[in-house]
Amino acid sequence: MADYSDVVTGTVRQLDSVDSVERAASTPDQPQPYVELGLKDDEYARIRDILGRRPTDAELAMYSVMWSEHCSYKSSKVHLRYFGETTTEEMRAKMLAGIGENAGVVEVGDGWAVTFKVESHNHPSYVEPYQGAATGVGGIVRDIMAMGARPIAVADPLRFGPADAPDTARVLPGVVAGVGGYGNSLGLPNIGGEVVFDAGYAGNPLVNAMCVGSMRVEDLHLAFASGTGNKIILFGARTGLDGIGGVSVLASETFDADAGGRKKLPSVQVGDPFTEKVLIECCLELFHAGLVVGIQDLGGAGLSCATSELASAGDGGMHVDLDVVPLRAEGMTAAEILSSESQERMCAVVRPEDVDAFMAVCAKWDTIATVIGEVTDGDRLRISHRGETVVDVPPRTVAHDGPVYERPVGRGAGQDALQADVADRLPRPASPSELRAEILRMAASPNLCSRAWVTEQYDRYVRGNTASAQPADTGVVRIDEETGRGIAVSTDCNARFTALDPYAGAQLALAEAYRNVAVSGAVPAAVTNCLNFGSPEDPHVMWQFSQAVRGLADGCAQLGIPVTGGNVSFYNQTGDRAILPTPVIGVLGVIDDVARRVRSGFTGAGDAVVLLGATRDELDGSEWAHVVHDHLGGLPPAVDLAAEQRLAELLAAASAEGELRGSHDLSDGGLAQALVEAVLVGGNGAEVALPAGLDPFVAMFSESAGRVLVTVAAADVDAFLARAGSAGVPAERIGTTGGDGLRIETLTPLSAEELREAWEGTLPRLFGV
Amino acid sequence: MRIGVITFPGTLDDADAARAARRAGADAVALWHGDHDLRGVDAVVVPGGFSYGDYLRAGAIASQAPIMREVVEAARRGLPVLGICNGFQILCEAGLLPGALVRNAGLHFICRDQTLRVESASTVWTGGFTTGQEIVVPLKSGEGRYVADAATLAELEGEGRVVFRYVGGAPNGATADIAGVASADGRIVGLMPHPEHAIDPLTGPTTDGLGLFTSVLGAVAAA
Repeated sequence: MADYSDVVTGTVRQLDSVDSVERAASTPDQPQPYVELGLKDDEYARIRDILGRRPTDAELAMYSVMWSEHCSYKSSKVHLRYFGETTTEEMRAKMLAGIGENAGVVEVGDGWAVTFKVESHNHPSYVEPYQGAATGVGGIVRDIMAMGARPIAVADPLRFGPADAPDTARVLPGVVAGVGGYGNSLGLPNIGGEVVFDAGYAGNPLVNAMCVGSMRVEDLHLAFASGTGNKIILFGARTGLDGIGGVSVLASETFDADAGGRKKLPSVQVGDPFTEKVLIECCLELFHAGLVVGIQDLGGAGLSCATSELASAGDGGMHVDLDVVPLRAEGMTAAEILSSESQERMCAVVRPEDVDAFMAVCAKWDTIATVIGEVTDGDRLRISHRGETVVDVPPRTVAHDGPVYERPVGRGAGQDALQADVADRLPRPASPSELRAEILRMAASPNLCSRAWVTEQYDRYVRGNTASAQPADTGVVRIDEETGRGIAVSTDCNARFTALDPYAGAQLALAEAYRNVAVSGAVPAAVTNCLNFGSPEDPHVMWQFSQAVRGLADGCAQLGIPVTGGNVSFYNQTGDRAILPTPVIGVLGVIDDVARRVRSGFTGAGDAVVLLGATRDELDGSEWAHVVHDHLGGLPPAVDLAAEQRLAELLAAASAEGELRGSHDLSDGGLAQALVEAVLVGGNGAEVALPAGLDPFVAMFSESAGRVLVTVAAADVDAFLARAGSAGVPAERIGTTGGDGLRIETLTPLSAEELREAWEGTLPRLFGV
Repeated sequence: MRIGVITFPGTLDDADAARAARRAGADAVALWHGDHDLRGVDAVVVPGGFSYGDYLRAGAIASQAPIMREVVEAARRGLPVLGICNGFQILCEAGLLPGALVRNAGLHFICRDQTLRVESASTVWTGGFTTGQEIVVPLKSGEGRYVADAATLAELEGEGRVVFRYVGGAPNGATADIAGVASADGRIVGLMPHPEHAIDPLTGPTTDGLGLFTSVLGAVAAA
């Protein structure tokens, strides 16, 4: 592992003399490398102002990581407030913890609560795909543990450059192996996720990781340190030199190595899933024994973050002694110990009388645990090293009172031209043979083809509670074996739509995730997000961001489900070129009995195939325009959240009555792709007549929102259509399941084998068997 | 009847194995890696996962755990033992079953529903099946390729100790498509696929896996 002195000039790294508070006070003019650590002149001046002296090296390290974009949300804060402003009391009713906690928590019934969150690990995964993706999983799992929950499932929304680009061949296999290697070793089923290819992500892959956890309502734990005399216990892995500067260097600036004229460290952390698995079991035993007052995971910014956040959320001060922190390397400086992002560590606040019992549980699991400090009177966070005080700060100034920027927001000059460049002018297939060829071409295209090459590397079975997983639209997991109560979760984003109109695009992503949850028979209950954007210093990116936040918040208000948390990842760009604006939206739903979840696709023969929702001529930004014409322009499909709500309510009611034999959401690739997948995933063919009154091409490839395919028993179809009618959901029977493959009107039949060859062959061909 | 399920640090499928035992009608008894106590169980399941992180070699450290000393000794006296996935690797490392499990031929972790042929219904764990019967259970492993030297393979085949074979070719490149093998007395069985994940159509592809657990119940009851 390379050395911190590569990053910071020699003035900071002085092994022989500790840069104590006392020394800092007496050497006010000592130059400090705050610029290299990512701080602006005014930010550094503010730190001096807060402290009334220059910061010590250790303090400078703490402020610089905690005030980075990644930790402080300094560019996004003013926009994110809108989520709070649009959340009504009614939406808040079932939220036990919301934005600002490690993860949002919602009550789901029968005394259960569920917590879920998505985080990005984009830049580390580009630098070192396996470890970047692996530690992304590890980090989000610890966030969930820090709420007092047992992690029960993971899912990973992934986005890469073009499928056939050499860099995708470098990044994708490592990312997938990292997600699998870490998640599989933790014993967490991987139940969903996405794999998307687009030139917009070349050089900036997006590796987002989601985790869901469950707990009894009374077991909720929050991160705070209170009660003078309570002990601070660091437990889990030792602290090493890995990941130092990861947050401030990797996550806050583009990795243009020469930007500052000096080399920066590609210091991606290294994960050890075994240690994390043991840590999970150890934490759960500690929670159940009632030995934890407050808990915080160590992720970005390591101990700097954990100590300052715990202390500022509590009612007193805190003292921490770095000399007792178990280390992996000799001679680590205070700044290094505080900044290290070594994985698999947690920090707990424990009553003095419980320390022995706490240590006994840790010993049972062979987990290293050390009392590193205690809660003190007063309001200072004091940290000592080698017998001297190296940090003496008001913790809130580190954790919460970071800079807040009102970045310039401006709709870019190119947006009008982009929206004017509609897909109408693109040549469309017309004859049956052209349409048939286009169905196969689309099914084989990288964004629509089978994800089995990826998902077969993930364990979806472990713990025996997975009622639905990929290739289904939604992951469904049982949380209570007695009652069958469970949750459904889906993450979605069509970033092409968001590029065309970020407000509508974010709402379409929300609508799709919401619909996917409903398609499984669950009732949508809460929303999380991972907002991946380019540089906040670009006014157009900030416009995209602010529009997406508003679209999402307004959409949630209209649907009546709260945003319980989220994550922002900026600086996803290479040079001047930002990624497609990608607000990944996760929706969590509740299902009272997973046994009645609706399975995906055509699950039996002789069922009626019903198309729900209205189809319009909406091809702008579609996958068809992308695959066939490499075109992106125009306006995304219309959003009608009231219609989405009616559709979701219909699905919930019909599923509760046991009317639905199978279902499948219509999204990328339209009806044609949904039919192909319903046949292949469900294992039954179908005879289909296209919806009446529509051009066949539009009927097959339009991506109008708010549509779902369902199958119902032939005997139930009239009752179901009547139910849809009274629910105000357009419904049309378009066919019957059974037989081999797909027979669509006058098109030459598509055999299941032909469809399978097209759909399943692509990723193995690109990435090896 | 009491079926013990061992938990090592890094074990993942212990809850599933215990559930399968209960579903079959047995009491599931938790056994801890650091103990020297089998708690009077009538059979033992060594479940899947990554015991001790599978560092050094899959199953190598677990095979030396205190509880495994007891399992080895009891197995020599005829205690029925089932090793699933990592458990199979552990039983091979402990010398209770011949051969070894190495990295999959394609180098990837593989998770899929796998058809197996029951090649022997004369072990205590497969007595409820018929020889030649095909079952579908999940396979999920990165180091599942069974290998053994020619003499061992000849002995296994000759004595009818290949218990399960992959149908349609071994996805992991296992020698002779071997998915599971038995000890000479048919009381110790190891297999890479996961029967404990196929006990309920809600959460698994079939209920075929339950047959291993009901088989041992029948065998112990008859004894």
